[in-house]
Amino acid sequence: MSAAPTIPPDATKDAPKTARKTALNAVHRQMGAKMVEFNGWDMPVEYPAAIGCGIVNEHMAVRTGVGIFDVSHMGDIRLAGPGALDAVQHISMNDAAKLAIGQAQYSALLYPEGTFVDDVIVHRLGVDEYLLVINAGTREKDFSWVRDNTQPFDCLVENLSDDYTQIAIQGPKAVDLMEKLNDNFVDVPANGLNAPFQKLRIDADYKSLKFYWITQGRTMAMRGSDRLYDSGTLIGRTGYTAEDGFEIYISSDEAISAHVWYGLLEAGKEFGAVPCGLGARNTLRLEGKLPLYGHEISDTINVWEAGLDRWCKMEKPEFIGRAALEKARAEGLKRKLVGLEMIDRGIARDGYKVLDDGGREIGYVTSGSPGPFLKKNIALAYVPPSNAEIGSTVRVEVRGQGVKAQVVPTPFYKRPKKS
Amino acid sequence: MSYPTDRKYTKEHEWISADGKIGITIHAQDSLGDIVFVELPKVGTELTSGKTFGTVESVKAVSDLYAPASGTVTEVNSELATSPEKVNKDAHAAWMIKIALKDPAELNGLLSAADYEKFVNEEAGH
Repeated sequence: MSAAPTIPPDATKDAPKTARKTALNAVHRQMGAKMVEFNGWDMPVEYPAAIGCGIVNEHMAVRTGVGIFDVSHMGDIRLAGPGALDAVQHISMNDAAKLAIGQAQYSALLYPEGTFVDDVIVHRLGVDEYLLVINAGTREKDFSWVRDNTQPFDCLVENLSDDYTQIAIQGPKAVDLMEKLNDNFVDVPANGLNAPFQKLRIDADYKSLKFYWITQGRTMAMRGSDRLYDSGTLIGRTGYTAEDGFEIYISSDEAISAHVWYGLLEAGKEFGAVPCGLGARNTLRLEGKLPLYGHEISDTINVWEAGLDRWCKMEKPEFIGRAALEKARAEGLKRKLVGLEMIDRGIARDGYKVLDDGGREIGYVTSGSPGPFLKKNIALAYVPPSNAEIGSTVRVEVRGQGVKAQVVPTPFYKRPKKS
Repeated sequence: MSYPTDRKYTKEHEWISADGKIGITIHAQDSLGDIVFVELPKVGTELTSGKTFGTVESVKAVSDLYAPASGTVTEVNSELATSPEKVNKDAHAAWMIKIALKDPAELNGLLSAADYEKFVNEEAGH
């Protein structure tokens, strides 16, 4: 970006009237992003080819360098008080008692049937303080669920979703990018949305923050020699891309949000940082076999079918859904989530039927797409256990034709270990 | 952007040249994003004007291709099976199929380059 970009005069023309907007909405439109409605939110799906973006480039940037995502549409529920741990243990399937202060874990909120209300990252912020980060489409449902089911416990339950702008910085160069802002002010070009701020600094001990741990950082913004903004910032070494990276939680004030966004892109220039939309977010999480609510997990799918055993601690004596899961485990699996790789020409997509080699319908695709890094067409699908063996072939019905696919191990992609 | 005048255009963002080559416009490939898959009919297939004849897929979506005119498929651009990105690189050069026109007069009902450009600008609200 050379000259300060101006917001196109009809930037908000296409925004659906009822769609919600994050604090960075004007920024996405200023950058020329293609916008789409996602679960009631007006969000960027990809940024322009003219600035080196597009789903494929954004995906590759995250796998090889670093990408910046607006994930403020996700929700945040805080539980605090003497009964907070007991409350979390009651509604969450993983064991929150194992969390040290500053540690996070993947988990899920379950219905009594052992099916999913939502998946969630549980963060322990303090002695008696937990933050649940939940999906965008389930914000209200989850908050009602959490509030209603934690009433017997002595804790405060707050919906902080609108208080935060959440930005994800993802990729092997994420640490390098954040180190440029650590203990150091970076000049951020004026762009009309980040006024009056000029310089940005975000301090935190990035190097020693372990994967799935969180820390309190500090964000500062200057105009000339005046420090206009100085605030604590929650930073997690978490993400949804199967890469290293961070998620930072800053004030949902539009000006500081824009300043941090453009500041991250500026600091990340030498590492090939690009803005990334929901399109790349989906292809990245698919390659990493990370579930998406409404697809791999839902209120009609249980924990065993989804293959999320590892995060479900049945040794906990009680949590909502435990009894049903015990019963389901004894009865055995009726269907299983598997990874598919297309063998013949064709792309499996969400909702496509899965057939056996005889052409009989046996299941369906939950998520399917080209995998830009793998350069293969991949999918996740529910099939009967007898069709779930690695190496077995199935067909995916693409426009009326059964196209050959193979059951493959998952995740499809795993990031290289640091040497 | 001005569109080449050696061909006609449709509101579904396809183009057809006088010699029966068919493709999609630069505007179409820009809307679609990275094209990853093109499915085209075999040589000999009969096309009817306005009906679908294939699909073009981007990472996120599947889009139908609509026949700008009626005719029989005489050639298929096999490069697009292995290099669908050629459509993004130069949509007006990346022809998809060639047809023997059943009724060349059908082309008279299609949009000229100037009319197509106007149509695209109106769609975008400029």
